[in-house]
Amino acid sequence: PPGTNQVRHQDLPEAKSPMAKPKKSRNSAPDPSVAARLPWQPSAPPLATALLISFAALLLRALVSVGPYSGQGAAPKFGDYEAQRHWMELTLHLPSSDWYRNTSDNDLAHWGLDYPPLSAYQSRLHAHLINASLPDAVALRSSRGFESQESKLLMRWTVLSSDLILFFPAALWFVWAYMKDGVGGSGERREGWTWLLAMVLLNPCLVLIDHGHFQYNCISLGLTLGAIAGILSRNELVAAALFSLAINHKQMSMYFAPAFFGHLLGKCLKRKYPIVEIMKLGFVVLGTFALVWWPYLHSYEAAMQVISRLAPFERGIYEDYVANFWCTTSVLIKWKRLYAIKPLKLMSLSATILAFLPSFIQQVKSPSNLGFLYSLLNSSFSFYLFSYQVHEKSILLPLLPASLLALHEPHLHGWFTYYALFSMYPLICRDQLLLQYISVLGLFVLIYYSPGGNYGKGMKISSGTMAVLSLPLLCSILLHTVYLQIEPPKRYPFLFDALIMFICFSQFIILTLYTNYKQWMLDFHPRPVGSKKDL
Amino acid sequence: RPQRAQTTPHPVRPLQISNWTTAPMAATSSPSTAAAAMWAFAAAACVKLLLVPTYRSTDFDVHRYWLALTHALPARQWYTDASSEWTLDYPPFFAYFSRLLSLPAPFVDASLVDIPVPAAPPSSAYILYLRLTVAFSDLLLLASILLLARDARRRQRPFLALLLVLWSPALLIVDHIHFQYNGFLMGLLLLSLHFLEQGKDLAGGVVFAALLCSKHLFLVAAPVYFVYLFRHYCCGRGLARGLGRLVLMGAGVVAVFAMAFAPFVYYGQMQQLLSRLFPFGRGLFHAYWAPNFWVFYIVLDKILAFLLRRLGFSIEIPEASFTRGLVGDSSPFSVLPKVLSRLLSPFYPREEC
Repeated sequence: PPGTNQVRHQDLPEAKSPMAKPKKSRNSAPDPSVAARLPWQPSAPPLATALLISFAALLLRALVSVGPYSGQGAAPKFGDYEAQRHWMELTLHLPSSDWYRNTSDNDLAHWGLDYPPLSAYQSRLHAHLINASLPDAVALRSSRGFESQESKLLMRWTVLSSDLILFFPAALWFVWAYMKDGVGGSGERREGWTWLLAMVLLNPCLVLIDHGHFQYNCISLGLTLGAIAGILSRNELVAAALFSLAINHKQMSMYFAPAFFGHLLGKCLKRKYPIVEIMKLGFVVLGTFALVWWPYLHSYEAAMQVISRLAPFERGIYEDYVANFWCTTSVLIKWKRLYAIKPLKLMSLSATILAFLPSFIQQVKSPSNLGFLYSLLNSSFSFYLFSYQVHEKSILLPLLPASLLALHEPHLHGWFTYYALFSMYPLICRDQLLLQYISVLGLFVLIYYSPGGNYGKGMKISSGTMAVLSLPLLCSILLHTVYLQIEPPKRYPFLFDALIMFICFSQFIILTLYTNYKQWMLDFHPRPVGSKKDL
Repeated sequence: RPQRAQTTPHPVRPLQISNWTTAPMAATSSPSTAAAAMWAFAAAACVKLLLVPTYRSTDFDVHRYWLALTHALPARQWYTDASSEWTLDYPPFFAYFSRLLSLPAPFVDASLVDIPVPAAPPSSAYILYLRLTVAFSDLLLLASILLLARDARRRQRPFLALLLVLWSPALLIVDHIHFQYNGFLMGLLLLSLHFLEQGKDLAGGVVFAALLCSKHLFLVAAPVYFVYLFRHYCCGRGLARGLGRLVLMGAGVVAVFAMAFAPFVYYGQMQQLLSRLFPFGRGLFHAYWAPNFWVFYIVLDKILAFLLRRLGFSIEIPEASFTRGLVGDSSPFSVLPKVLSRLLSPFYPREEC
């Protein structure tokens, strides 16, 4: 039964209550059974523990940053690092009307801007910071492909600082809101908050992509996480604003839109004056969008110019090997050859909508905090599996709500994280981040199974299921070494990538069926006594 | 407060390290201290893996050279080879340890064991191999910690103390960034202390002797060990038994030293070896000053030089500086006498006074 592991637990921070006095007096006779007390076991002071976990997460990020970034030394195209640097160069020197247009200074073929304007503003801010210390790195035209130790340090620090400013506070706010209001569970869930915080902050994929490969997912995910925390703590307007900002930073955050929309709609409908509530939310969203798109609102062409960069349909329904429906089934059904782009767009749109429809309806009918977290997972997964032009890095989007549900579904979270990492393995190998991969995976496994942690709670898996699940696990472990050591046959040069994709897809399908089922079942379980009303 | 040994002739209580620490945290039914220690070591190992691509100091080149030296040349030439500026200046057990590490090296990268060491920068396989040797040698530290952890409950040793050794930031920085092999040496020291705690003084003394033969820096602990072992192991049992025990301990220590130094005594290289181990020509200070008393001595020398120059005396500005790491001969002091070599000149005849 839960709770036997801990002698006592303390209620989580209500801001005014002083720290409980957990320690015995130092002068008493020493306890004969000295045990191994790790800092995240209960009766540790909450603020200090939260800071400790945050510092550990920061250390991990800083250490991963020492490794190589994407496209390091790979002239002339380089990689995402050069793309971000190039955007800093563009946004610093060119006027905003030129950012999305093909001009003599802005060659869209060399990493043109393809994220919404908030990304551009963020690039500009970082460009100012880098320009102050190392102008050569962001000089117009002459800095193409600029690589040096100092510029790497500065660029890494832009990601680290964005993480610290946005993602960490959002994670802390989320855990606080989760514990304060309870998420569909009774008081027993409260004692796992340190482990939950660790799971959210030590998300291995996020660390490797943001601080290894080099991207700024921490900003859009941090804003989204803030929006989720806002919804949990019933600040819906703040949540709507934050989520709109997230969409304006990376359009992939739209993967969560059905969940937010369904949940908020459901909540509004249950209130006294639904129309007023909906209009308030609408104003906030439209206002945020208007604020961000301000430079492009003066003409239809300018706005369309930006939008055409955001949705490059010409690139085809899938690129490379990503573990989603279209790419995996293309082994049997050659989608790209059978259909043109337009019908494919329609098919992927309808498939996606069908996939997230059940969870959407469930939330509109009976919105709840726990259901909201599940529906985030379900809607982002449906987009990942069925949407157009999905990248392997998009697995970060379903991974976020999975980590938020870590206390409710610990096995699912661990299993999903492992396969998400595995699905990114080819990318990791290309970036030479193998050492960092092993280390971050190792730390995740250690923290997940940490003595006194919460992995044991939750669903009990029968031994039959375990046997079935261990087969793909063993295959994946084997593939890790095979991918590196053995040359694929000449006829199928991407055989191993395809195998990895296939294994991951099979697990993802099982997972999404399970989570959809769980979300539907929420309606049929009686509410536990003592939980608060969500409205 | 450390427990004082009783003055009666009855068996003296063994060394109690634990009483210096604060009272332990409240117990829960969580895992044993040993399991938690292994968990902590695994977490530290992940961090050490991440430290592989970080900055390496010249100590990396030093150990790379020693690895190649002990592999490629016979023992006769270990302390006389001068193909690199980083001469071997650790006692023979460390040289044997380097030899052990060099055994798998040719399979990793053949150039790892070339003498003279190639000038090209090391390949990543090379760097990874050497970094991993440090991480693996830390297993000895883990073993000692596990032995201490076994006793933890009985001696009320809180887990935090053991954790701080495994996760010591200074050890991580010096061993896994700067590049040295202090982890396993600390493991030997803790092993020796563990034996002393158990009352097995002979074992403790022998292990400490082995430690001395690995890094003579631990000589600074030798007086304490000597006094403790003499008092605890030999005294209080009557003259005959005491003398017998003294001989036994002495024999143990001498045996260890013999295992280490015998080949070099045979080659007649003891003088050379000692000059390598105790390079007084390097001066009172090494490249980066340790915050110790001699800092005041330097500062006083500088102030005196400045004042005397102002007063019109001609004081030369010395050529040698305090911050070079290599062995040199001239005095870095302007006014005050060069301290140690004058005192120790009988032991170091090559030094000019």
